Amino acid sequence: MNTTTDPFQERSEAAVKDKKLRANFLSAMNGLMEKRDLAFDDKTQLEALRILGAQVRQNSLVKLPELLVELETKLIQKGVQVHWAQTPTEAVDIIQSITLKEKATKIIKGKSMVSEEIHLNDKMEQIGVECLESDLGEYIVQLAKETPSHIVMPAIHKNTAEIADLLHEKTGIERKEDALYMTEQARLQLRQNFMEADIGLSGVNFAVAETGTLCLVENEGNGRLTTTVPKTHIAIMGIEKVVEKLEDTAPLLSLLTRSATGQPITTYFNMISGPRKEDELDGPESVHLVLLDHGRTQMYQDDELLDTLRCIRCAACMNHCPVYTRIGGHAYGFTYPGPIGKILMPHLEGLDETQSLPTASSLCGACAEVCPVKIPIPDLLVRLREEANHPNAQSSNVKGAGVKRRGMEPVIWSMWRWWHQGGTRYRLMTTTLSRLRFLQPGTLSPWTNTRTLPKLAKKTFHQQMNARAKK
Amino acid sequence: MPVHHFIPDDSLVDSLSDDLSSPLKLYPSKPKKVYVFGTCLVDLFYPEAGMSGVLLLEHAGVEVLFPQDQTCCGQPAYTSGYKEEARSVALAQMSLFNEEYPIVVPSGSCGGMMKMHYPRLFEGTEYDQQAQEFSERIYELTDFLVHVCDLPLVDQGEQTKIALHTSCSSRREMKTTDSGKALLKQLKNVNLVEPEKVTECCGFGGAFSVRHPEISNAMVKDKLDHLSNTKADTFLSSDCGCLMNIKGAAEKDKSALTLRSGEHLLSFVARRVGLIEGGSE
Repeated sequence: MNTTTDPFQERSEAAVKDKKLRANFLSAMNGLMEKRDLAFDDKTQLEALRILGAQVRQNSLVKLPELLVELETKLIQKGVQVHWAQTPTEAVDIIQSITLKEKATKIIKGKSMVSEEIHLNDKMEQIGVECLESDLGEYIVQLAKETPSHIVMPAIHKNTAEIADLLHEKTGIERKEDALYMTEQARLQLRQNFMEADIGLSGVNFAVAETGTLCLVENEGNGRLTTTVPKTHIAIMGIEKVVEKLEDTAPLLSLLTRSATGQPITTYFNMISGPRKEDELDGPESVHLVLLDHGRTQMYQDDELLDTLRCIRCAACMNHCPVYTRIGGHAYGFTYPGPIGKILMPHLEGLDETQSLPTASSLCGACAEVCPVKIPIPDLLVRLREEANHPNAQSSNVKGAGVKRRGMEPVIWSMWRWWHQGGTRYRLMTTTLSRLRFLQPGTLSPWTNTRTLPKLAKKTFHQQMNARAKK
Repeated sequence: MPVHHFIPDDSLVDSLSDDLSSPLKLYPSKPKKVYVFGTCLVDLFYPEAGMSGVLLLEHAGVEVLFPQDQTCCGQPAYTSGYKEEARSVALAQMSLFNEEYPIVVPSGSCGGMMKMHYPRLFEGTEYDQQAQEFSERIYELTDFLVHVCDLPLVDQGEQTKIALHTSCSSRREMKTTDSGKALLKQLKNVNLVEPEKVTECCGFGGAFSVRHPEISNAMVKDKLDHLSNTKADTFLSSDCGCLMNIKGAAEKDKSALTLRSGEHLLSFVARRVGLIEGGSE
């Protein structure tokens, strides 16, 4: 087993050793776990709501093709321009062409993980268009020239002192470790940009097929400004985000905010249903929706892997993951970190690019326990581990399947099978091991770097039970 | 001001399908005989835990059957993504427990594999039905002692303070977290304390601890700190994987000397009631 050359390995090892980073994550995740726990005070209701949430999402996914067509039809009727993108490149091309057509030079952005997924900011910069993040966390991360380390709280890896330093250095404001002061200053800096921007770009939390409504959940009001002030609004979403009916959004919203931050509800819940009408005083003159596939139909085609698409991006799995808490989001090296990232990224980027992700879990099950839509994350991790080892699995259509079937590992597992398939040979091997226990090495790297090895017993359990039976 | 969450009404709750909810846990009445599945870690490293389990079952008046050809539940291969290899080994185990008796396992993790994952492993194969029936007969040993055997325990030991580490698989797969506590609470001289972050994983995870040693080490060190902070005389676990991991870390870290005698819950209980002799290993 090679444990040193993999980039995930290097990043996670460095992150574990970064004491400040670990302390920041530990304290933030402890707080978030506590808030979620308090928000769901009735465990029976929580369980009922989770089942309902899972059913709503599953129902939408079962009907996904029809619902997408319905969504498109309803949105077009309302004057929204709908675009389909199979790949990140196609999505970027669509957004770039809208930008060129509008002769836009400045985009103000509300929070959107899909725009991170397609690396939009860099791509727009390449054609001379500035993208400014307006979500406070995203703004901080952008000032630091970093990417989000969490899908709900992008700058959670930084503490107040670090943010005070950053804002002072990059924007010249007085350095004060006061969250309220810093928020006010950032707000002032951003406000002018809403007025100047040609295009507002946002994500989508739920898209309702029945009514053709794009729903956006947020706390700071930047989402509302992004989608109403500039004369053009571009929304971007993964194709899985559609739900059938307006009433489906109620349980999902309730689960989303409480799972994510422990809030009973957010400050804003925007429901966007098209561009400004003739008699309306404000709102964008044109609205575009970009629907991105990027590996999602691949998940859709597999009954088991489909469950991944139920995700409503609440990040509860990250907040409760003992691995995420210790390494933070950047160590994963991909847009979506944590448990959901480990089952999502292999589809988006291929197992060949994400080999270490499915293995980087102790399968403790904390993620599945808190998932508001009951995604069986540990089971899917095991499935992806299997996909990585078996190139010819009939059902597989995951890019990069079989990439790990190489070297000694398959041979070792074949030997393991032979050893454990027959009782006689098993007993012969274990009895021999026990007899030779004096030869047992004291160290076995890397296990024994921080632990001692357990000693082989003098007589195996089999031997002791056998001796008893003979008495 | 009251906060109104979205709360599903009863008619909605009633209409929820069964496949997404957890199955109800059912226990049989106390049988005359049970099968014991020893697990490979018990076999090689902690036979005392297995023997203690057997003695406790017998103490409860249940005869123990031990098929000598049993080996391993197959979990190492399964969680490493070698499903075919896991299936071969699991199939070999399923062929050995032919009478209708319950199968009890001194490990939440191996129990979880056999109860929760065997049906998945054989889904759609000719062994589908067999795996389903087999899994229904699997019980974690402490859980079986508490809920089926109704085992009376008379504590013969001195006053002691104990911290219990509950494994992720007993918590989230077998749902037997409370059984270990229930057994220990019967021991009148045992003061049971709960460590901080008791629900968090110790970082073992089988191959995880070898593939990602740095992350695993960080997890086990924190677990050890939480256990040490309880100032307990020793810690117990009913899972050999966790035991190997935490005990190994405690032995390496000399500052956590009080915890060096960590042992399997079943060995501890058997000793306290006089079924086995001596101090902890």
